[in-house]
Amino acid sequence: MTTAIAETPTSQAAPHKGMTLRTRKNISNAISYFFLCLVSPLFLAPIAYMIIGSFKPSDEVLNGLGGFLPTNLSLDNYSGVMGRFDSDASGYFWNFYLTSLIVSLVIVIGGLVINSMAAYALARLRWVGRNLVLSIIVLLVILPFEAIAVPLFYLMNGMRNTYYVQFLPFIASAFSIYLFYTFFISIPNEIQESARLDGAKPFRVFISIIVPMSKPVYASVTILTFLAAWSSFLFPVMMIDQPRVRPLPLAIAVFKAQPPTDWGQIFAFGVLLVIPVVLVFLVFQRWFIQSVASSAVKG
Amino acid sequence: MATNQQVAPAKQRFGYDNTAGFMMSLPALLLLALFVLVPFVMAFVLSMQNVRLDGARPNVWMGLEQYRRILLDPDTSSVFYRSLLNNFIFALIVVPIQTALAVGLAVMVNQKLKGIAIFRTIFFLPVVFPMALVATIWSLIFARDSLGMLNGFLAAVTFGMIGPQDWLGDPKLALLSIAIMSIWAGVGFQMIIVLAGLQGIPQELYEAATLDRANPWQQFWNVTILGLRNTLVFVIIVTTIFSFRLFDQVYIMTRGGPGDSTSTVMYQAVTSAFVENNVGRGAAMTVVFVFVIIAITLLQQRIFRQNREVQ
Repeated sequence: MTTAIAETPTSQAAPHKGMTLRTRKNISNAISYFFLCLVSPLFLAPIAYMIIGSFKPSDEVLNGLGGFLPTNLSLDNYSGVMGRFDSDASGYFWNFYLTSLIVSLVIVIGGLVINSMAAYALARLRWVGRNLVLSIIVLLVILPFEAIAVPLFYLMNGMRNTYYVQFLPFIASAFSIYLFYTFFISIPNEIQESARLDGAKPFRVFISIIVPMSKPVYASVTILTFLAAWSSFLFPVMMIDQPRVRPLPLAIAVFKAQPPTDWGQIFAFGVLLVIPVVLVFLVFQRWFIQSVASSAVKG
Repeated sequence: MATNQQVAPAKQRFGYDNTAGFMMSLPALLLLALFVLVPFVMAFVLSMQNVRLDGARPNVWMGLEQYRRILLDPDTSSVFYRSLLNNFIFALIVVPIQTALAVGLAVMVNQKLKGIAIFRTIFFLPVVFPMALVATIWSLIFARDSLGMLNGFLAAVTFGMIGPQDWLGDPKLALLSIAIMSIWAGVGFQMIIVLAGLQGIPQELYEAATLDRANPWQQFWNVTILGLRNTLVFVIIVTTIFSFRLFDQVYIMTRGGPGDSTSTVMYQAVTSAFVENNVGRGAAMTVVFVFVIIAITLLQQRIFRQNREVQ
C-alpha cells in the first residue's frame, strides 16, 4: 500500500493527503495568527501609549506599564495645549497647523503640476538636450536632501522665517519626475500619436489625454510627497526660529525641549499633529501601499 | 496597413517639439537647478572657504584646510570620525535586523488569511508617523528610572531580573536605543517593498519545488530568498543610505550625547554650520557625506550587475 502511494502519488494518495493537508493548513494558520498577534502589540504599544497618555494627567503618564491604564481620563491636555500656545511669544497652535498645511499643500500641488509636466516632456516629446536632462534627473534621484542642506541654508539665509524657505526647495523633485516618467513611458505611444495626428498640440494632449489616464501615479506622488512634507524637520531646524512660521514637527520638538516637560500635553500635541496623516493613510490605504511599492520598482 | 504607413512618416512629421519640450520642463528644471544643482556645487565651493553667516568677516579662501581639520588634524578630527563611526555602527545594527524583520513580516502578511489586511495596516502604521513625533514618544518610553515604559515592561517580563537602564543616557546604550526606535518606525516601509517582491515570484517555482520534495525551509531559501535577491539588495542599499542621513532622532532625543556617543555626520554638519556659524566646515562634512552616498550607490550597481550575470 505504501509503495503504491509512493509510485502513484497523484492518483491514489491525493484523497488521503487532502485530509492531512487541510489539518496541516489549519495548524499552520493557527501558528501564523499566533505570531501575528504576538508581534502586533509591539507596533501598536507606542501609539496606544501616546493616545492614552494624551487623556491622562501628566504625572500619571510616566508610570511604567501603568501608563497604559486608562485612568482619570479628560480632555484637559488638549485644552492645555491650546491655552499654552496662545500668545506671540509661545506661538499659536493653529498657526503651527496652518504653516504645516500651507507648506505641505504648496509642495504637493505645485509638485504635481510641474513635475508631471517635465516628466511628460522627457517621456514623450523630442527636444534638444532631452537625453542630457534625463540623465541628470536620474543622477539627482539618489541625492538625499541632506547633501544640500548646509549650502542651501547659506544660500537662503535671506529668506529665514518665511513660508517660502519651507516649500521652494521641495516643489521640484527628481524623484517625483522619475515616478511620473516611468508611468508615462508605459502608456502606449499610439494613444498620444493619434491625438497629435488630429492636430492637437503637445500640451493639449498632455492635459486632456495623458493626465486623465494617469490617476494612479498622481495618487502615489501625492501620498509620498505629503508624507515627506508633513514630516519635514531638518530644514526648519536651520531656517525657522520664529513661532509664527513654525511647522508642527519643529513645534513639538521645541515643546519637548522646554522644561518642565508636560508629557500629557506633549502627547495631546502629538495626537493632533498626526491625525491628518493617519486619516489620509486610513482612507487611501490601498494607494499608500501601492505607492510605496511603486517607489521601489527601479534599479 | 494603410494607417501603419501613415503613422510611420507622421513620426517624422512631428519632428522635434523644442518649444513644447522646453516650456513644459522649464518650471521643474529651473527649480531643480536653483535649489538642488546650485547648492550641490556650492557645497564644494563653500567647503574651501571660511564662511560666517553674520558677514562680520569676508569669506576667506582656504583650499583644503577644512578637510584637513575634519579628517587629519588630531585635535579636531576625532569628533567627526566618531560621528562617521556611529553612522556605520547604526547601519550595522539597523540594516541586518530591519531587513530580516521586513522579510519575516512580509512573508507573514503575504499569506491568504482572514483579516490579514488589518495586520498589514498595523505594521505599516508607524511609517506615516513623522520622525519628530516618533522620537518624542520614544523619549518617554526610554525614560531612565523604573517609571520608564521600557524599564517597566522589561521588569515585568523578566520578573525584575533586568533593572532599570538609562537607555538614552548611557553611552553604551544610547545609539542602540535610537536604532531600535528607528527599526520600529521604518520596518513597515521595507516590509511593503519586500511584499511587492514576494508577489513577483512566479507561483510555478513553488509548485516545482514542492514536486522536487523541497521542505518548507529549503523552499524559503531556494525560492523565496533567491527570488527576492534584487529586492533585498535595493532594501539594504536604501536602509544603508538612510543610516547615513540620520539626524532627526539624534537632534530630538540626545543632541549627539552623552559625550559623542550618538553624534552623526549630519548632526555635526548642522551643528558646525548652524550653531557654530562655520558654514565652510559644515559644507566640507556634506561633501564627505556625498562621497559616502556615491560609494554606496556604486556598490549597489556592482551587485546588481553581478546578479544580472547570475541570472
